[in-house]
Amino acid sequence: MTQLYKMAWRDLGRNRRRTFFSMLALAFGVALLVFMASFIAGEMRGALQSAIKLQSGHLQVRAATYDEDKTSLKWEDLIEDPDALAAQIAARPEVQVATPRLYATGIVAAGDTSTGVRVVGIDPASAASTPFRDGMVSGDYLTADDRGGLLMGQTLASKLKLSPGDTISLLVNTSNGDVDQQSFIIRGLFSTSTPGYDESTVFLPLSKAQAIARAENHASVIFILLKSQDQTDAVAAALQGPAVQVKTYIQLNPLLNDFEQYANVMMFVFYLIVLGITATVIVNTLIMSVFERTREIGILAAMGMRSGRIMAMFFAESSLLAVGGIVMGVALGSLVSAYIQQYGIFIGDFGITGILIGERIYTYLTLNDIVTLAAMAFVITLLAALYPAIVAARMEPVEALHGGK
Amino acid sequence: MEVTKVENVTRTYQIGKVETRALRGISLSIESGEFTALVGPSGSGKTTLLQLIGCLDQPTSGHVYVNGKDVSRLNRNQRADVRRGTIGFIFQFFALIPTLSAYENVEMPLLLVGQSASERRKRVTDLLEAVGLADRAHHRPDQLSGGEQQRVAVARALAPNPSLVLADEPTANLDTPNGRQVMETMTRLNQETGVTFVFATHDPRVIEYARRVITLRDGLVVTNADAKQIAQGV
Repeated sequence: MTQLYKMAWRDLGRNRRRTFFSMLALAFGVALLVFMASFIAGEMRGALQSAIKLQSGHLQVRAATYDEDKTSLKWEDLIEDPDALAAQIAARPEVQVATPRLYATGIVAAGDTSTGVRVVGIDPASAASTPFRDGMVSGDYLTADDRGGLLMGQTLASKLKLSPGDTISLLVNTSNGDVDQQSFIIRGLFSTSTPGYDESTVFLPLSKAQAIARAENHASVIFILLKSQDQTDAVAAALQGPAVQVKTYIQLNPLLNDFEQYANVMMFVFYLIVLGITATVIVNTLIMSVFERTREIGILAAMGMRSGRIMAMFFAESSLLAVGGIVMGVALGSLVSAYIQQYGIFIGDFGITGILIGERIYTYLTLNDIVTLAAMAFVITLLAALYPAIVAARMEPVEALHGGK
Repeated sequence: MEVTKVENVTRTYQIGKVETRALRGISLSIESGEFTALVGPSGSGKTTLLQLIGCLDQPTSGHVYVNGKDVSRLNRNQRADVRRGTIGFIFQFFALIPTLSAYENVEMPLLLVGQSASERRKRVTDLLEAVGLADRAHHRPDQLSGGEQQRVAVARALAPNPSLVLADEPTANLDTPNGRQVMETMTRLNQETGVTFVFATHDPRVIEYARRVITLRDGLVVTNADAKQIAQGV
């Protein structure tokens, strides 16, 4: 075995330039895949964290009859006296913050233009509102007792050509099925760096949102962030009760889960395409090697080397090429991923409805991805050696000794 | 004792629509320890006969025996198994693996027969000394002269203690002094080890080393005689 690898190593050294470029082709393929895997993982991770931070929390407690799709505002579908329930939940040691939120649908009208929005009543002082407070780009943040102001996403304001201090008309569905309309002053603009979210959301103080939606002392959900994401299922189980439904971030972001599965399938196809192209380079290199060494194959066969061992010689060569290319590729891909993990890559508004993809993606490379990709690349490179190895093994010694003629 | 025997062997090649009969029905046997030359003009069938005896090829009809075993109808791997350790080859082109040193080239057949590292080391060292190349052991073929390369090939052919060494025009690519040195090495090793040598040649300077000369013409044996008898014109 050692001798096989020694021969394979030296054979690769015969035409160093060709060997180097074959390895380089594999390295670029692997680097591209490592980068793509980390990009998709980073995108999914970023989208999930955005969804948790901005929209779903780790958990939501709702009234048992609450239907998210209808954004129901009927009192029986809402949580009564939400502050008390939120305080009770916040007292749990695993909980970082629990705060009531009221969701309503509405229309923002300014001048001749109008657009549908999601009206969210929040406790501006809650730690759960930090992303909005920290994301203020102009104007002032909300106060809990503000009765005539709202916060608007920067993307929405740009679309409607609005600035802080401008007045808009907000139509909101109410708990009794009517629509109420009121003028609000834009106190400030926020950016969560998630264009899909900033384009469709306005914030009111919870008490004002309850008033305009006629929800009195009710909230749609108790929005909960945990100290550790891993505790989600345990806390969800503890909070279950007959009058409430408890939803985890996984249940609340089904589209994200579907999209991740879809992305994984697409990535697998992409892996196969890239590695398939790379494999043709390896096949080409080894086929050339077989034809250049026809006479040597004849000599080895004359000494009594069996077909299987002749094949093994080419597999050894291929595996050395694979190891070299994979090491180079993983190193290159990891370097690029590490850089983008640190500084991000700007992609702007990705334009996928229902998924909160940030405008800057930070790659996320896992050891699992590296190992999976390296193993795939290794197996495909070995498979690439199959045809050249069979060609070599099937040579008749007499013909091979005469150079295959 | 017979090392190899051929009986009514024919070998026909089909090249396109043309059929070429390289051997037309040859029978002969080679005894252990012989130093025999196959001679004849180009196309007489010398190389074809060596390839059949060496289990590199199969006869169209007839039988080839090596150490008493009929090898005429064996498949590729079975023939490889017969060759390994039993038959050594020396080719006209020096036929060394260019990426391996002289030492490693000689060691290769020993690896194939599964000898231990210590046995291999001793055997290779002894053989390189026997062919006068102990000091060139770690040189690669491109660092050796043609004569040196062919002597490495001789050492390699003898490495696994084969019953039979087949040499096809072993001096054809060598100048006279190197050719002589290779033939003298082969002769000496034949006498010292008792290994059977059969070599194909049409060079009269090589034929004089043989103790038996088999002459082929047009795929048939025309003479098969002791070299001394030929020299005496008997």
